[in-house]
Amino acid sequence: MSIIANKMGIQLKPKTKLKESIEMTTSTQTNDIVYDTKELNLWYGQTHALKNINLEIHEKEVTAIIGPSGCGKSTYIKTLNRMVELVPGVRTTGTISYKGTNILDRTMKVENLRTKVGMVFQKPNPFPKSIYENIAYGPKIHGIRNKKLLDEIVETSLRGAYIWDELKDRLSENAFGLSGGQQQRLCIARALAIQPDVILMDEPTSALDPKSTLKIEELAQELKKDYSIIMVTHNMQQAARISDRTAFFLDGEVVEFDDTNKIFANPSDKRTEDYISGRFG
Amino acid sequence: MKQFDETQLKNRMNSRVRNNRIWKFIFLLSTLFGLFVLAVLMIRVAIDGLGFLNMDFLTGRLSTNPDRAGIMGALLGTVWVMLVVIPVTLIIGVGTAIYLELYAKNGKFKSFIETNISNLAGVPSIVYGLLGLTVFVRLMDFGNVVLAGGLTLSLLVLPILIVSAQEALRAVPGHLSEASYGMGATKWQTIRRVILPAALPSILTGSILSLSRAIGETAPLTVLGIPALLIPFPEGLLDTFTALPMQIYYWTLDSSLVAEYANLAAATIIVLLALLFLLNSVAIFIRNKFQQRY
Amino acid sequence: MQRSSEVKHEAIRISEIIAQNKQKKNVSNLFEKVIPTILFLLASITILTTLGILYTLLSQAIQFFRTVPIWEFFTGTVLKPLSQNSEFGILPLINGTLISTIIAMLVAGPIGLMSAIYLSEYASEKVRRVLKPLLEILAGIPTIVYGFFAFTFVTPLIRSIFPEVGATNILSPGLVMGVMIIPMIASLSEDAMTSVPNAMREGSLAMGATKLETTIKVVIPAAFSGIIASFVLGISRAIGETMIVTIASGSSKNFTFDITESMQTMTAYIVEVAGGEAAAGTTIYYSLYAVAITLFVFTLVMNLLARYISRKFREEY
Repeated sequence: MSIIANKMGIQLKPKTKLKESIEMTTSTQTNDIVYDTKELNLWYGQTHALKNINLEIHEKEVTAIIGPSGCGKSTYIKTLNRMVELVPGVRTTGTISYKGTNILDRTMKVENLRTKVGMVFQKPNPFPKSIYENIAYGPKIHGIRNKKLLDEIVETSLRGAYIWDELKDRLSENAFGLSGGQQQRLCIARALAIQPDVILMDEPTSALDPKSTLKIEELAQELKKDYSIIMVTHNMQQAARISDRTAFFLDGEVVEFDDTNKIFANPSDKRTEDYISGRFG
Repeated sequence: MKQFDETQLKNRMNSRVRNNRIWKFIFLLSTLFGLFVLAVLMIRVAIDGLGFLNMDFLTGRLSTNPDRAGIMGALLGTVWVMLVVIPVTLIIGVGTAIYLELYAKNGKFKSFIETNISNLAGVPSIVYGLLGLTVFVRLMDFGNVVLAGGLTLSLLVLPILIVSAQEALRAVPGHLSEASYGMGATKWQTIRRVILPAALPSILTGSILSLSRAIGETAPLTVLGIPALLIPFPEGLLDTFTALPMQIYYWTLDSSLVAEYANLAAATIIVLLALLFLLNSVAIFIRNKFQQRY
Repeated sequence: MQRSSEVKHEAIRISEIIAQNKQKKNVSNLFEKVIPTILFLLASITILTTLGILYTLLSQAIQFFRTVPIWEFFTGTVLKPLSQNSEFGILPLINGTLISTIIAMLVAGPIGLMSAIYLSEYASEKVRRVLKPLLEILAGIPTIVYGFFAFTFVTPLIRSIFPEVGATNILSPGLVMGVMIIPMIASLSEDAMTSVPNAMREGSLAMGATKLETTIKVVIPAAFSGIIASFVLGISRAIGETMIVTIASGSSKNFTFDITESMQTMTAYIVEVAGGEAAAGTTIYYSLYAVAITLFVFTLVMNLLARYISRKFREEY
């Protein structure tokens, strides 16, 4: 187990080197693969929710997952940090390798995985604590107690989520007092605080107004310089606007996975075309 | 074609409406009846007791002379018993609730424990008294001391506390723990830092309410053989003691011999009710002040 | 893009620290393993309590039935534990228990139900919010206070109207017990009635039925099992109630149906014998447990019955 932990810890290559490569690449260029899903099947009890999923997700890109309700897109993204196991009676087959480690392996420590893979949820879910404590939560549970360091983390995380200027004078206020959009950006900042490699976003704007939605979208664009982002969305315009690649899910299967431009301009599957042209779902 | 006679219908309607109005009044009276008895009880206790309620009564020792009798011993006894009941029930009660809500898998074992708890909640308090008498007083040979009384009352209120703590934990929305797990927190970290703090106000409210039940409980203490005699003030867990309800019990029984004992009982009731009122106010204050609305 | 590089600078430091912490963090691993076990042990204390109660009652009651045949105990109409030729028949106690319970339920049943009807069907939200907590105070008053009230107020009151009533009698504690149980029946019945869907009420009201007719013909039938369950729980509460009857009904072990007389309930017998000088090991001491196990079975059956009824009720909607 400690081997995995080592791997997880040290995998964290100096980011500056990668940053150079980002600046040279455009969105359609092939970056390293961060998640490689092979023959993934998932059941909730008797329900076969994911069927033979094969997907490669690339570093420093925004990957959008679209599809009608109940198609398995949320289930898939929650499998990527194994949050799906919070539902009792879940069974999986196949492999998902995250930087070379099969995360569906029983010996894998989910806490280590989730330290590297942050998540932002459908509904903003700040803790009923102060703004400061919300951000400091992650670092604290991972053993960081130095007050000065925590202060620094809070500031950089809030800056990273472009919400520092709005909140810097309100750090001791309860996070419940923020607007929905601010809460969601706070939750993103909270995820940034432990500096993950990947950020999973499960319909992060579905509970927000259009203006806040736009801010989150801009933020996602900024964040992809440093993070790999996987975003589930039911909003096709959103996927088209911000993602580099798009996967279309239907009835637990991946119908099509390609460059976003290709998917929306020239889908190769009839069902994809039907969906994006609004003929069902 | 006329199926109904108009005038007959109208007359019937009038009487139906009148019936409704009369019964509404009767229903209201029924509701007020309970409150009326409550008022009579309170007034009666106040009339009997207030004259005897003074500083000497609160701080005095027990005496057969009604003019000199005080309830300091009973007050101290009640406090000592609570010093046992509070930690014991909080640790066992909240621990059990956490286990049931957050660790136990849904299945036969969990439902067995839960059924068992709800059955325990229905066991008459006097049966707990026999349990305490047999196990704590005799088998473990504590005698009728603070520890035996406290443990007996702890077992008695435990089911209520567990159920209310379970409800408090269940009310913490799942998306809060999801957020914590999502950052790589372990289960215990999530419970300790997110779920418990969020549930704490409700847990405290429920605990205080079940503790106030323990304070007023008399039957188990009578079975344990708790005296209300001239005994020294309790100074530790292994001292004999008396408690406010026991004091009320003996004074009420003896009021047929010495009339003033009824006044002493009433004055003690005022103290007991004031204590309960205080605890309940604290509970309501905590609930209103600290409860998170999600 | 100065901001971005700032973020990254921090990023490397933090994730490295976290990775290092993870390697040395064995204490929290220990916690994760030990805590569920500790919590499990705490949860099993409730099971131990049940086993303790069963063991206590059964083991001592068996001692009793060695001296007094079980048949004699349950059919005997004479209870003379202290006399030379002691006799142990439980029927006088069961009789006292049932009579006090019936009196209590005659008070608490109708008044509790009518209060529930008022609160659920007639009262405005504002009135409800005042009346309900007040009614709950009634439920929070310790039973010893009711005992005092029955003995020093209700009994003298009854005696001033009917002088032939004894200084201790079953009527007065029965009535007071009824008052004590009102809030329980009112609140449980009200719960059952408020959970009747509004659509059912509207269906009846729309046909010109009055509120009274709607309540009696629609709401009460729909909430019937919940109401019955609340009555059964009230009965169970009355059977197990101790202090009121102990204080106000005296300790006469008469087998009678005259409610103006003193009678003893099972609970009051336990208080009398346990609080008295009965030495451990004597038949009278063991009789305590034989009575207690009877009481335990009575209330257990009532509680199980109430749960069975209300569970059936839940399936209806």
